[in-house]
Amino acid sequence: MKHDALSLQLDPVGLSHWAQLGITIQTGLREIWAHKFRSLLTMLGIILGVSSLVAMSALVKGMERGAKEALIAIGGLEKVRVDPQELPIEQRHLTEQAVGITINDVFALQESAPLVTRISPQMRIGGVVTANGKTFRPWLLSGAWPVALELSEHVIEHGRMFNEVDDEMARNVCVIGTATRDELWGDPEKTGHEVIPLGETIFINHVPFIVIGMFQHYESEQDRKAREFAKAQAAQSPKGGVRRDRGWGGAGRRRGNFVFELKNSTIFIPLNTMWMKFRAGATYNGIGTGSTGDPRLSTLELKVGSVDLLPESIQQARNVLMCTHKGIEDFTFRTQEDWAEQINTFIHNARLSGGLIAGISLLVGGIGIMNIMLASISERVREIGIRKSVGAATGHIFVQILVEAVVIAILGGLAGLVASFALVRMIGNFSPTDNAPVMTGSAMAVAFGFSVLAGILAGIFPAIKAARLNPIQALRYE
Amino acid sequence: MPLVELRNVSKIYRLGDEEIRALDDVTLDIDAGEFISIIGPSGSGKSTLMHILGCLDSPSKGTIRLDGTMIQDASSRQLAAISNRKIGFVFQFFNLLPKLNVLQNVELPMIYSGISSRERKERARAALEAVDLANRSKHRPSQLSGGQQQRVAIARALVNDPRIVFADEPTGNLDSYTGEAILELFRKLSQQGRTIVLVTHDPEISAVTPRRIEIRDGKIAEKLDPTLAGLNRPAPKLTSAVETGKA
Repeated sequence: MKHDALSLQLDPVGLSHWAQLGITIQTGLREIWAHKFRSLLTMLGIILGVSSLVAMSALVKGMERGAKEALIAIGGLEKVRVDPQELPIEQRHLTEQAVGITINDVFALQESAPLVTRISPQMRIGGVVTANGKTFRPWLLSGAWPVALELSEHVIEHGRMFNEVDDEMARNVCVIGTATRDELWGDPEKTGHEVIPLGETIFINHVPFIVIGMFQHYESEQDRKAREFAKAQAAQSPKGGVRRDRGWGGAGRRRGNFVFELKNSTIFIPLNTMWMKFRAGATYNGIGTGSTGDPRLSTLELKVGSVDLLPESIQQARNVLMCTHKGIEDFTFRTQEDWAEQINTFIHNARLSGGLIAGISLLVGGIGIMNIMLASISERVREIGIRKSVGAATGHIFVQILVEAVVIAILGGLAGLVASFALVRMIGNFSPTDNAPVMTGSAMAVAFGFSVLAGILAGIFPAIKAARLNPIQALRYE
Repeated sequence: MPLVELRNVSKIYRLGDEEIRALDDVTLDIDAGEFISIIGPSGSGKSTLMHILGCLDSPSKGTIRLDGTMIQDASSRQLAAISNRKIGFVFQFFNLLPKLNVLQNVELPMIYSGISSRERKERARAALEAVDLANRSKHRPSQLSGGQQQRVAIARALVNDPRIVFADEPTGNLDSYTGEAILELFRKLSQQGRTIVLVTHDPEISAVTPRRIEIRDGKIAEKLDPTLAGLNRPAPKLTSAVETGKA
């Protein structure tokens, strides 16, 4: 009977829990508004935590994107390089017999390694390029087969790549990148008109070559956008006069990612030409690596049929090369996978450490909330007593304090998201890399979620403390 | 059936080994519609009695039936719900929330009983009407006089239409003229059929009520102390009075 009577009286009346929650939130907001400055200071912790979390994630995302872009630009994961290497210790005594990577390896691989679909031998020298009264030292001066174009992800924009005939005849032709053009004939961005030096003669280590092709200008996505934006701006302004250097981050030409710079600063000449003119003994001077008569290739670039078969393909190529090299391991395989792995590790570490720091600042924000809520309830002991005396249950008080903490956290979180936009802009301007920070919705959601979580965790203890207050003592409290 | 039935209720606090009996085996009935005063010096246990009757506290021993429900074993949540719907409190220090305006203060108990916003406003206005403060509904408590604040507190106590109203020294913080007016208001409410319990140490105030209960040392005094019986003269000898009370 007793229980029946009790449960009868405790039947919920009218108002839904949501409506009650609405009133509680209103009360919380009023409380926050009543202590504007204090609440703002409390929120500051959350604001900083959220914005740094978002900014950190944006920064890492930007780096990741830039790195991935560069990875693709250099030939993707299917590309494997065979580089000469010092012999392993147990084979050191065979150094004299090591033949190095030669054109024979290329033919052997073509015959016996079906998993390798493309092979591009390269013979490189250091050198200077002169033309138009100017001198330039390109990053990469390489004798190659026409297939190098495909393997190194080059695109000819003007003219043509040299072909098998040019190679066979060892013609003095070359294909250059925009960096060489910029240095020798001037940067179109600066001079205002673009020189396409097809048919011009350039001197590579004093040997005349005819430019028959030029690559397109390689740049990261972001650089391209920046350049196009600058161009659009220039087109809009009617005066158009002299371009002014706007200092950092302005419209001035930015140094691109190293990969793009390397590609722009590449000169390809036919492999046979390289061999005949610079290596076989007919060289005019000794600039460069090889002594005369050195048949060794600088590197072999292989493209495998599919990334899934990468280990098998490498094994196959290794077996072939072990045969041609008489078991002397004077070569090594370099995959982009190592690089991709490195990128991932770096991104992972950056994310972890950045996340940790941002997480700690969120934690500090949460502690700030807890602190202020504890101060707030000891100020409001009497209020809590009054509320209890008019029939507020323990749960009501608990929810009220918890909601106040969460409301502070939510407001702080929202403000933090707004602040993160500003922070990301700022970081973008001072960013050490050229990878613009990329803000992602998921990062914002996670940061906001964590701020709410911090609010809840920070609110629980003060809420329990408040809810447990004895109403009689609370009413007596002065 | 009486509205409130206390049977052998004790409240015992322990301070180390010492046992303090704030209430000692109290048995008491209060009928619906009664206007009753509980009187006793401070420390006599009258406040403890009121808190137990008002569901703010639970007894250590004994049973309480309030409006047909046994409440001595109710959980704090159940007690909160019962106190919210069946009990109204008026305090000496008014205990209004300073950040809320008068209307919001009166609405407060209804928020916890889950009444829709519209009905809350209507009922709060009606309750303020009943204490002649309808024109002050937008004021803050600090902008009102003591008597007005106490009337707001009374409106708040009545707004959930409780079965019983407890007033703990309701005039203790008011000047005698205003206090008189507040007592007059209670008398009026009593005439309207409300059950009202005045808790006071002041015999003059208890004189207003038809029934008086004296608490001494946690027990109900069998016989009223003549000094507390509404007679306005000082006690000749307090010790003897206590003895007679205990006898």
